[in-house]
Amino acid sequence: MLVEYIPLFLVIAFAIVFAFGTVFSSKIFGPQRPNPEKLSTYESGVQPVGTTHERMSVKYYLVAMLFIIFDLEVIFVYPWAVQFKKLYLDPSVGTTAFYAMLIFLVVFEIGYLYVYKKGGFKWD
Amino acid sequence: MNLYDIIFYLFAIITIVSATFVVFTKNIVYAAYNLLLTLFGIAGLYVLLGADFIGIVQLIIYVGGILILILFGVMLTNKITDVPIKSGVLQVIPASIGVGMLAGILILIVTNISWRNMELTVPESTIGSLGMLLMNEYILIFELLGMLLLIALIGAANIARK
Amino acid sequence: MEILQIAVITLVKILIVVTLMLLTVSYLVYFERKISAWAQNRVGPNRVGPAGLLQPFADVFKLLLKEDIVPFAATKSIHTLAPMLALFVAFTTYAVIPIGPSVEIFGYKVDLVVADVNMGILYILALTSVGVYAITFSGWSSGSKYSLLGGVRSSAQMISYEISMGFSIAGVLLFAESLRPVAIVNAQSGLMWNAFVQPIGFITFVVAAFAETNRLPFDLPEAEPELVGGYHTEYSSMKFAGFFLAEYANMIIASAMIITLYLGGWQVPYIEKLGLPDYAVVLIQVTAFFVKMGVLLFFIIWVRWSLPRFRYDQLMDLGWKVMFPLSLLNLIWVAILIMIMN
Repeated sequence: MLVEYIPLFLVIAFAIVFAFGTVFSSKIFGPQRPNPEKLSTYESGVQPVGTTHERMSVKYYLVAMLFIIFDLEVIFVYPWAVQFKKLYLDPSVGTTAFYAMLIFLVVFEIGYLYVYKKGGFKWD
Repeated sequence: MNLYDIIFYLFAIITIVSATFVVFTKNIVYAAYNLLLTLFGIAGLYVLLGADFIGIVQLIIYVGGILILILFGVMLTNKITDVPIKSGVLQVIPASIGVGMLAGILILIVTNISWRNMELTVPESTIGSLGMLLMNEYILIFELLGMLLLIALIGAANIARK
Repeated sequence: MEILQIAVITLVKILIVVTLMLLTVSYLVYFERKISAWAQNRVGPNRVGPAGLLQPFADVFKLLLKEDIVPFAATKSIHTLAPMLALFVAFTTYAVIPIGPSVEIFGYKVDLVVADVNMGILYILALTSVGVYAITFSGWSSGSKYSLLGGVRSSAQMISYEISMGFSIAGVLLFAESLRPVAIVNAQSGLMWNAFVQPIGFITFVVAAFAETNRLPFDLPEAEPELVGGYHTEYSSMKFAGFFLAEYANMIIASAMIITLYLGGWQVPYIEKLGLPDYAVVLIQVTAFFVKMGVLLFFIIWVRWSLPRFRYDQLMDLGWKVMFPLSLLNLIWVAILIMIMN
């Protein structure tokens, strides 16, 4: 069990070293001659106007909220998907496995349609 | 100390150190960044305990969803560059009393339970048994979960369209 | 097997795969430039080395020797961490993708996959969601309007398409009965490739993969005419190279995932009927994997130079109103198919 994951931990460790190495290599090889003009924010060659952190549309926030809920749904589908064939061939469960998931999805899709009708997916 | 312990302590240190940063940093985006590490460490601990599905789901839901939501929240409200969003120190005394009591209760529980030492037996596939249980014993709860998600969706749609 | 032995074998595998990936990325960039030149009736890189073949190395050295500029307005630590995160994600996902069946080398049984873990597919999904942070953080920390807009747009885009990606994968799991990539490949023996069995899922997954890798027609995060460079506007030198490398590495991972999930992985239909010796079969299978990958990568580049970019509302509409219901339908279709077949 754990043995299975040892290669993965190694991969992660290697990736961290690799990422550090790549990003800091230019500190070693590249020149360092900063000046105020160079370090100013790029705005198509003119002086930066206004503030950077303008207020963003609340739509982004809604997308993130919807994502969490939909993601949870996906997560609940996975254990079922992996086990479905066995469940279906098991005489004590049979088609119940299919209908149970169908009901789950339909119930959720009512919510999806509600958000749809409410204009939750409309980007304006 | 074997490899298992080394990996455990590594993840534990990552979790605790980053969690400390989350609490003490004044910059909210730093806090979010460290929360990312904390959640990563916890996912690693879950995997070590043999709950690989929970570990990965922890990453997908918390890192992929909830933390993004928090970050969007910071970005949406942060409208003045000169005044970076900072978290201040508020209500130190009530907070420390509350935390102290909670910590006391936790320590009391941990020290009073006679823990059993068991050999860790991990099933071949945790997700498989989860699927079996969801479709047998907990089928009603599973459908109720669908309802719960429906309610959450309706709530989300209403908040955003006000 | 002893832990030390596993560790050594794994390290060798990591080194081989990473070297292969870096080389592939270099030449992928070269081919992208050549193909784009060909599509636009130009010549493309042709100065460095014969037919410009040494161009990728020249590019890398140039980037390496450039100054690393961190603007005043940037939040320095996060600005540095963002490209690292992008690289971290790009160079951890390859671990679970099998490029061939297990083989015997010097008496050891070696799997042609770095880490054959139970949760393989979910591991990739989880890392993809970490990848969103590279873009969000770089956008936020640069202190530039273009970066911030690009970053926020991109994260919203990526999380939107993760949903249809997740549901498409669930359809694959129904057949494979496992999250283990090797098992998913094994379930597609003969002509039971998932691309043929569940074409809708295949299409939704490919579209989602395009969106996740931020490739045209989904490259809004760096839509040049409106956002300059998007989230990496304020990056230079190796930090920029990090994003660049990660983007191309992600293309490779995405095509490897499409192959593993839908195009039968390393499998060549009915090869076992030819009666070839074992080593020849393995060799052909590994070659088949790389041929499939080459075709897919060409397809991705071809799409980039043929299609215009979506508008942002079109992109969100496509994700939530078309791709999500389609992937859901695919899931139900596959479940019914399994019930009919049994």
